[in-house]
Amino acid sequence: MSRSEIRQSAEPVTDWATDFDHARSEYNENAPEIWAQLRTECPIAHTDRYGGAWLPVRHADVSQIAYDTEHFTSEDVVVKWVRPESSRPIGGAPPITSDPPFHREARRLILPAFSPEKVAALEPEIRQFCRQLIENIGNVDVVDAADQYAKHIPAAVIAQMLDLPVEDGDKFRDFVHTALESISEDQEVRQLGFQKLDEYLDLRITERSQNLGEDLLSFLLQAKIYDRQLSPEHVRGTVALLLIAGIDTTWSAIGASLLHLATHPKDLARLVAEPELIPTAIEEFLRAYAPVTMARVVAKDVEIGGCPMKQGDWVLLPFPAANRDPQVFENADEVIIDREVNRHAAFGLGIHRCIGSNLARLVMRVAIEEFIAKFPEFAVADSTQVTWSVGQVRGPRRLPVRVIRRA
Amino acid sequence: MLLRINQEKCQGHNRCHAIAPELVNIDDYGNAHEREDGVVPPGLEVKARLAAANCPEFAIDITE
Repeated sequence: MSRSEIRQSAEPVTDWATDFDHARSEYNENAPEIWAQLRTECPIAHTDRYGGAWLPVRHADVSQIAYDTEHFTSEDVVVKWVRPESSRPIGGAPPITSDPPFHREARRLILPAFSPEKVAALEPEIRQFCRQLIENIGNVDVVDAADQYAKHIPAAVIAQMLDLPVEDGDKFRDFVHTALESISEDQEVRQLGFQKLDEYLDLRITERSQNLGEDLLSFLLQAKIYDRQLSPEHVRGTVALLLIAGIDTTWSAIGASLLHLATHPKDLARLVAEPELIPTAIEEFLRAYAPVTMARVVAKDVEIGGCPMKQGDWVLLPFPAANRDPQVFENADEVIIDREVNRHAAFGLGIHRCIGSNLARLVMRVAIEEFIAKFPEFAVADSTQVTWSVGQVRGPRRLPVRVIRRA
Repeated sequence: MLLRINQEKCQGHNRCHAIAPELVNIDDYGNAHEREDGVVPPGLEVKARLAAANCPEFAIDITE
């Protein structure tokens, strides 16, 4: 199934406070308005869908849950109809699905590979890849900044880190679709997708184990926790995580940033004139258009914001909603590209802070720098053609922009 | 002025280091540590305040 045919939940939402559904396309299309409405009327929404799920939207509630690893487990972080299989404390994709104390060990293994210094070394290749993409787009009037540009960049970067073929990018995006976007599809379709992912990973892991290199996959094959080599399931789960977590998230963040610039010509002109402002602007794009909503499962009954959360309930953690809470951010719904005070939670809060945050920032900066250097003026070509993703990762999937001026 | 990073709260977002590399080191695991025992040299007070104000985890305290 191609991405343009993503199936959404069949039942329309009658009331976002009592019957929300994040897999309806209108959720991501109108998320800031939905959060604003919930924030004043019912700051923790509930739905009976997915077997029961909660949606807090205030920064205070989102952070309280993110910090509470006693009442909330990470064993499954994608809300869907299938109930999580109990796999605590490791989970299917460590460390994102792991709980303390194992979580810390699994996380510390891979943190050094994503330090600012380590990822900075990737900048020349990322820049070269972006330039090549732009060159391949050619001398056309209308460019799809999401589908022809943003979507290709993160897959190439992670392929390089894992030393997998860049040509497998389409495969990676299919895996992402299976894991994150296909939550409303038939279980057989999803299982087939996961089977393909497992087959792909098993093949690559077997190949690599006979021919170790300097890449992250080779590192995992030799790594130890508690003096023991990682189980094959752990290696496969972590590689799946690395492959999946960075792709549509970063693609969404680049796309949303370019959508903002395509609709705010003054901001675009300012970044073209003052490229040194781009890192500050990126923090603001991350705040206002944060792509990632995480999830938890209630491990022990607990009351949050007056709501009785029961063991086994899903809880969405919409960091993008927290980022627009006026209790924490001045003019929260306004995008201010030189905002100086901006403690946004786009990469999460607490022990599961996105491990790839330094890499994501680098990829965003280079992708935006190269795009606006080549296209210093552009605008949305036809707003009816702009489409959004469905599910817990939010970003534009079709973004046709008209090139007004090229460098 | 003193800048203090609470190691229990720091999760390695790296915002303070991006804003004030003169004041903060990052270890292999991404966690931030104050340089020079946290003493903020004259002229870097604004950066120190911004580093604290941008920490998503509220992990940085400034004392005058």
